[in-house]
Amino acid sequence: MNNDALSPVILSLVTFAPMAGALLLMLLPRRDRDIRIFALVISLLTFVLSLHLPVYFRRGREGFQFLIDKPWIAAPNIHYHMGVDGISLWLVVLTTFLTPLCVLISWRSVHERVKEFFILLLLLETALIGVFTSLDLFLFYFFWEATLIPMALLIGIFGHERKVYAAVKFFMYTMIASVFMLAAILWLYAHTGTFDFVYLRDHLASIPHFGAAAQWLFLGFFLAFAVKVPLFPFHTWLPDAHVEAPTAGSVLLAGVLLKMGTYGMLRFNLGLFPDQSRHNAWWIAILALIGIIYGALVAMVQPNMKKLIAYSSVSHLGFVVLGIFSFTQAGLNGAMFVMLAHGISTGALFMLAGVLHERRHTYEISEFGGLAEPMPAYAVLFLVIALASAGLPLLNGFVGEFLVLSGAFQAKPILGILGATGVIWSAVYLLWMYQRVFYGKVTHAVNNSLRDLSGLEKTAVWPCAVVALLMGVAPILWLSAIDPAVRAALTPFVNVASRMVGQ
Amino acid sequence: MITAALFLPAYSPALPQRADYVRVLPEIVLSVFGMVVMVMEPLLDEHKSQKLLGFIALLGALAGLAATGVMAQNPGLAFWQMVQVDAFSVFFHVLIIAIAAVVILTSYEYMAVQRIRAGEYYALILFGAVGMGLMSSAVELVLIFIALEISSISSYILAGFRRREASSAESSLKYFLLGSFATAFFLYGVALMFGATGSTNIGQISHILQQGPVPILAYAAVALMFVGIGFKVAAAPFHIWTPDVYEGAPAPIVGFMSTAPKAAAFAVLLRIVFVIDVHALFWIIWVSAALSMTLGNLGALVQTNVKRLLAYSSIAHAGYLLVAFAASPQMGTSAAMFYSAAYAAMNLGAFAVVSHFANSGERYVTLEDYEGLGRSSPLLAATFTVFLISLIGIPITGGFFAKFYVFSAAVKANLIGLTIIGVLNSGIGAYYYLRIIVVMYMREARKEVPATPVPFALRLAIAVCMLATFYLGLFPGSVLQHTQDSAQQLTQ
Repeated sequence: MNNDALSPVILSLVTFAPMAGALLLMLLPRRDRDIRIFALVISLLTFVLSLHLPVYFRRGREGFQFLIDKPWIAAPNIHYHMGVDGISLWLVVLTTFLTPLCVLISWRSVHERVKEFFILLLLLETALIGVFTSLDLFLFYFFWEATLIPMALLIGIFGHERKVYAAVKFFMYTMIASVFMLAAILWLYAHTGTFDFVYLRDHLASIPHFGAAAQWLFLGFFLAFAVKVPLFPFHTWLPDAHVEAPTAGSVLLAGVLLKMGTYGMLRFNLGLFPDQSRHNAWWIAILALIGIIYGALVAMVQPNMKKLIAYSSVSHLGFVVLGIFSFTQAGLNGAMFVMLAHGISTGALFMLAGVLHERRHTYEISEFGGLAEPMPAYAVLFLVIALASAGLPLLNGFVGEFLVLSGAFQAKPILGILGATGVIWSAVYLLWMYQRVFYGKVTHAVNNSLRDLSGLEKTAVWPCAVVALLMGVAPILWLSAIDPAVRAALTPFVNVASRMVGQ
Repeated sequence: MITAALFLPAYSPALPQRADYVRVLPEIVLSVFGMVVMVMEPLLDEHKSQKLLGFIALLGALAGLAATGVMAQNPGLAFWQMVQVDAFSVFFHVLIIAIAAVVILTSYEYMAVQRIRAGEYYALILFGAVGMGLMSSAVELVLIFIALEISSISSYILAGFRRREASSAESSLKYFLLGSFATAFFLYGVALMFGATGSTNIGQISHILQQGPVPILAYAAVALMFVGIGFKVAAAPFHIWTPDVYEGAPAPIVGFMSTAPKAAAFAVLLRIVFVIDVHALFWIIWVSAALSMTLGNLGALVQTNVKRLLAYSSIAHAGYLLVAFAASPQMGTSAAMFYSAAYAAMNLGAFAVVSHFANSGERYVTLEDYEGLGRSSPLLAATFTVFLISLIGIPITGGFFAKFYVFSAAVKANLIGLTIIGVLNSGIGAYYYLRIIVVMYMREARKEVPATPVPFALRLAIAVCMLATFYLGLFPGSVLQHTQDSAQQLTQ
């Protein structure tokens, strides 16, 4: 399919380049500056490599590309099977895009145990990319669990006051939820003799005993994903983890880690269990709606800026889940687009919040006020990102939410109507926060002397703003790759629908 | 049934041949080196002898590994069908002798720091390995019992080697009293099995039991044997001794006791469960596995002493391993063998770190002492973290694949309930391992704990465990192939 020389190995390169970098980093002497530069070079290199994927990706085709399939272990039958389609393609690029920015934003804010920090960051990147590229269920679970330790350590070592509590809570929540997925994966293997996703997707329905177990298997996968997303009521670990995490940790947590959950739903719940997805869609959609509205309302009253952004994630990810379980083309395209848009804009919001924390060591909104005056460049950038997050047309948030809501409306009008209120709420909490932080007189004298953005910080955040704008004005660049994959994912649902019409 | 006893003299009472000796060559080599150590000990200067004796013992272990290679070339039965050399026994020989070698390496520094001067320490490790090796290759219940005693007696003595500590004496005595009681159960089981079938040879017993209805006595026999073995592997409800014994015994010896005798005992259990194949054991194992996992993990949650914590963790791991015994013979055997190896690698590594860190008189063994270790000795903390991650069962480590494989065997055998209990337990279990990582990296040191440099021998021991842990996690293929072949031979 992809005929150039790099394509057969590109996924392995992109996945393991950060890990190779981390291993080399272990050998470097503890000179912080060198380590930072090295980490930046590695993450940029990974990003450049990953650009190969969208450039050489054959758009307009469904199915997986850049495939690698080599036997890894003979018995149990585990393959090193990787590939990307329009769904995973952009999530890989999102990961590689955010990581160098994380390195930049941590340049000064991390000044202790610098080496460990960047080793963990790069290891986390490998695990995250691996989650999105794996097509073998064992390999997927392998990478899925491998994200836990680096992330927990990033929160627990480099976080703020209640870091230990947050790290342990994050770890235990996601670990306990994922073991149910493990049980489901083992069941599938025991009854089919393969972990291969593509094979399972095509042949699962004809397997004996599948019908009786399908609901449990669906729930096993769903629970692991729902905690990761996090879907209401499994979201309680998220605010803690976000508030305590270092900036780079929050960026990757919100930007990429949460998407592992929604990606998993889209890929595995819908892909392997279409019938169960349909049967369970009603309560999942209700939970998603509660997440949208509840997340937004709670975000609105947060006195802590980072907690506010964290709850806004609960709300945004609710949109994604709602889009996925609408089973419509618009809904799924929208869900994918919200995932990417949220990754960019929320990632940038966390970076901006981190900038303030570095200067004032607090996230309390009441500690600020009138910042537009001492920090004009910061204020402008913050506004752009906040508007993107709130879903202003021509910025990236709008496209995704619009598509999701139209998809939800097609599926059930009431879902679309209720979901739409979430858009209003998000404008309310973001703009209200913006007003309290930036407008008016400077309320605390200490804020008068705050430095505006440094060159390094601008370099970290501006790319996000540019991409947010680009995604807003030319969504087709992304959607042209996403759409065929989404339509392929919807095939089983379309068939069911047309059969029902035929009767 | 009585007539079966008359078959016994049918074996040719010929003298042992050369091949017979080759098939117990590792045991012979280890015994010889053990005796050399014993003989040399009084001849050498007391203050300088430690290193040399340890080195001889290490050579002995390496020679034992080489002898295992020779033994592996000569598969078959030996000594009037009492010993069987097959892929199964070769696997356990390699595992046990390798464990002994790593423990000897770990002990160098420990013995010097604790100022324990006794050459028989190393000899006892070798003798223990003789007993454990023999347990894995014996196919005759009485010989298994003798091998079990050889291995147990050395463990009892080794547990009491911190002579100045009351806790070590308590550990040794407790282990000895309860251990003898447990082996008596095993012997009783052997006697009942002889009564039921007229034979003590595992192959013959299996043959006899398959032919007719299984006598009630045989059920009682395997149940009693399970009690004996269950004690040795610290499976619930026979696990009560574990925390106290592990807390008092010298740290390297705890590493030894929690891996090698367990592996050997599991080897015996594999033969009893899957070769004799009395289905009555299924529910006993099911309950014991579920109890071990749950009690082990719950017990570990509240521990503040790292050795006690790892003791409860070893109970939990015995539970995961027992899950494999409830599965089908083929996959279950293979999974149990793989798990034994992976557990040995990670647990020995963890105890190597613990024994270095404990310092003289084992002063630093509480969680509090580990605070800030990530800062004061980053490398040691990082290696300990790897072993703990493996014990949790996180990917890229052997612990993950081992657990995965065991549960995979369980699901294949349709043990959904046991699998759910198991995976939930591994979720809960993550918490207490994580606590150690948390105190190492996320808390500042409140106490002054001296950071001593890690000597070469210990580095080597840790490196071996680390490599094994990663190797089993990333490239389990070749070891799996071997365990699957062994399982095939064992269960055919």
